[in-house]
Amino acid sequence: MADKHFRFFLIQIGAVLLSILAAFAVGAALMLLIKVNPLEVYWKLFEGVLLNPYGIAQTIFKATPLIMTGLAIALGFKAGIFNIGAEGQMIVGGFFCAYAGFSLHGLPPALHIVICAAAAFAGGLAWAAIPAVLRVKTGAHEVITTIMMNFIALALTNYFITYYFHLPETVHTQLIAPAAGLARMDSFVHAFRGSPANMAFFIALALSACVWWALWKTPYGYETRAVGLSPFAAETAGINIKKNLLFTFLLSGGLSGLAAMNFIMGYKHYFEEGFSQGSGFMGIAVALVGQNHPIGIILAAFLFGALSHGTLVINALVPKDIIQILQALVIIFVISSNLAVRKFYSAVDSTPKAGQAKVKDQDGK
Amino acid sequence: MTSLTSDEPLIIHMSDKETFEIELRGMSKKFGGLYANRDATLSVKKGEIHALVGENGAGKTTLMKLLYGMYRPDGGEMLLRSKQVRFDSPAGAIAARIGMVHQHFMLVKTLTVAENVVLGQEIVKAGIFLDSSLAEAETALLIKKFNLALDPKALAANLSVGEQQRLEILKILYRKADILILDEPTAVLTPQETAGLFAILKSLRDEGKTIVLITHKLKEVISISDSVTVMRQGRTVGSVKTAGTSESQLAQLMVGRPVVFEVGKKPLPAGELETRPAVLEISGLKARSTKGHYALDGFELVVKKGEIFGIAGVEGNGQSELIEIITGLKKPQAGTMKLNGELLGLANASPRLLFDKGVAHIPEDRHKRGLVLDYSVADNLVLGRHREKTFSRPALINFDAINDFAGKMTTAFNIQPQRFELPARSLSGGNQQKVVVAREFSRQPKLLIASQPTRGVDVGAIEFIHKKIIEARDAGCAVLLLSAELSEIMSLSDRIGVIYRGRVAGIFSSGEATEEQLGLLMMSGAEKRLKA
Repeated sequence: MADKHFRFFLIQIGAVLLSILAAFAVGAALMLLIKVNPLEVYWKLFEGVLLNPYGIAQTIFKATPLIMTGLAIALGFKAGIFNIGAEGQMIVGGFFCAYAGFSLHGLPPALHIVICAAAAFAGGLAWAAIPAVLRVKTGAHEVITTIMMNFIALALTNYFITYYFHLPETVHTQLIAPAAGLARMDSFVHAFRGSPANMAFFIALALSACVWWALWKTPYGYETRAVGLSPFAAETAGINIKKNLLFTFLLSGGLSGLAAMNFIMGYKHYFEEGFSQGSGFMGIAVALVGQNHPIGIILAAFLFGALSHGTLVINALVPKDIIQILQALVIIFVISSNLAVRKFYSAVDSTPKAGQAKVKDQDGK
Repeated sequence: MTSLTSDEPLIIHMSDKETFEIELRGMSKKFGGLYANRDATLSVKKGEIHALVGENGAGKTTLMKLLYGMYRPDGGEMLLRSKQVRFDSPAGAIAARIGMVHQHFMLVKTLTVAENVVLGQEIVKAGIFLDSSLAEAETALLIKKFNLALDPKALAANLSVGEQQRLEILKILYRKADILILDEPTAVLTPQETAGLFAILKSLRDEGKTIVLITHKLKEVISISDSVTVMRQGRTVGSVKTAGTSESQLAQLMVGRPVVFEVGKKPLPAGELETRPAVLEISGLKARSTKGHYALDGFELVVKKGEIFGIAGVEGNGQSELIEIITGLKKPQAGTMKLNGELLGLANASPRLLFDKGVAHIPEDRHKRGLVLDYSVADNLVLGRHREKTFSRPALINFDAINDFAGKMTTAFNIQPQRFELPARSLSGGNQQKVVVAREFSRQPKLLIASQPTRGVDVGAIEFIHKKIIEARDAGCAVLLLSAELSEIMSLSDRIGVIYRGRVAGIFSSGEATEEQLGLLMMSGAEKRLKA
């Protein structure tokens, strides 16, 4: 049976790869429409992103927050929560993170980094707490509430920056203490020079491992997946669904908050409006394309990170919107292929087993 | 009588000159890799009631859905009134005057009887407006003609189950069907309602309609049908005139071996029950349904150690609410519940608390409440028990222990295929139910709530599950059994309570009550309910 699962695994990966290829094919057709040679564009994209160290470092930098928000959203998905609010949670997390960074001084680096990370986590968690409690207590759907919370997060942090925290003559906060900064990769990989890719990337990888462990190796994960797949069966088995949803929602918010580290602790060392660059929303796509699995999420984050950096690379040849179109196409194709794969899987799955002549019950039971 | 020893299909050939209304030849249908129908054959004469019998999963419904255009066959040919046909959708079948009443009714509850009838073929005036009065008049005419006793203006939501079924038949007749397919029509009916339905079917037959009745209840086959076709594992294994057959012959054809109808149960010693301690005591229980009325209204119940207490009743008389309260899924408005003499604060009783107190639950709907279908059989076997130290520490699930346990369970409960790493979804209904049963029994519960424990389960698994329930009872477990199958309640229970409008309408000792008595008690409720 293991080989069958492996086969399914391959099919799934194959389907995602095919979807991405299809997206690029349609993208090529669009480029032909505007009389641009797609091969030239794609070659340039490939060359600029993957064939030089700076491009790779930039891809790593862009992928880092996407891994974290992707994990946050995937974790929610597993419990049946559609957390559209990663963006807002990331913004609030970023604000908390920066605040902890510039208001404390004289701490040893390790401690200050931990405090700032904890602040980012707490900020995201706090922002998720409102829709989480509403969902559990009143049943208010999180898709609506988290979207609304995104706007509030944006407006509120703007207000605080504008009226209280901005550095004179700028629109951002003061810099965080040097002790709270994360080391940049180019300080030891020379070829990455100029790119702000930093240690947050390794934190993102470690978080992926943690999420994988939590979901598939712990009783918490067993319960969470049961709640997401079949809430009634979980409830009947004595699993406290509300507690699980609340906990998972908060954890998802915390992970989204952590995504702010990359920019605030690893790059600019301050908070400014728009620092998240839509990573919270892009995380939804990353989770979908990554099939809600940590490894898939890392790969998908790299794809979207590469495309995102690619915008700059091909800007001279085509309008940068073509990249956004490509990203959208990838999402559409992957989502459409999911259903096809599932259908195929159920067909594969019900092939007769040796020594079993049982007829499958199709009587609508 | 034809010999039963041969493996050849038992067909009593009707003369070749005879023409058939329906002829299905060599029908095959695969789902995934499994044959739901394999070389199935069916010949139905005009103006007869033809019973299509077989165990759950034998392929009866599939075969009829092929005829009705809901599935496309992978092989075989279909002849209707001696002409070859092929339907791509039910629309084609309806145009060919075939109608089907599904097991799960397909009514729009917010519409009236007449509106449900004309739905899809609305009569319009001035181009866009629904002509309600004409629709009602036409519906009334049909109701009268076929003696269906329905009010065209009544809302479908307010109809009893029996009435809803008659509405489904009415819908078909409105579409001028002269072939009617009914899928397990009596599964949801009381004995009296069943008799009413059969009277209608007989009069429809006498009008010249052809009726195919899907069922697995052999008594009904004998009492109403003119001929019978038996299916087993996707194939037709016999086709006979009802007059020349018997229940036991049909049962043997269905299962492929002689069937024991009796469950081996030792009766409780007379008078001994009173001396036994009560495991479950419920009094003054009041609970609102999701619709707002009191589904339980002063419900009282005592279940003693080592007895099977069966609850008979028409669906919707408070059974679901009762189970949900006992298992902690629902909070009642009033009432008390004692478990082994200990008073439970019902307002705080969670499924977890009751689970830990030794209440096991075989849920009515195994797909919804009993199993996480996408989890493996092994993971399902510990659902709820996964908290136990054997299976997990806080940071780590012990998959080795779970697999060990699953291996033992799949063997002990003969769960097929014996591969606990498969998703529960890929098992047959009977084996899925065995997973639930294995899990609940493995906990050595003090109280077992078994709701429809054998619904949609094949005969072999039914025998097995019944045996396990009796074993548990003999080991001292108190069993509360709820089932839509009156015969199941009657054969298993030590005592039987009839539930009606949220109260116990009567309690009988095993063997004391007849099916008619129970049916009357169940139904007297149904009648009163309609007036209310």
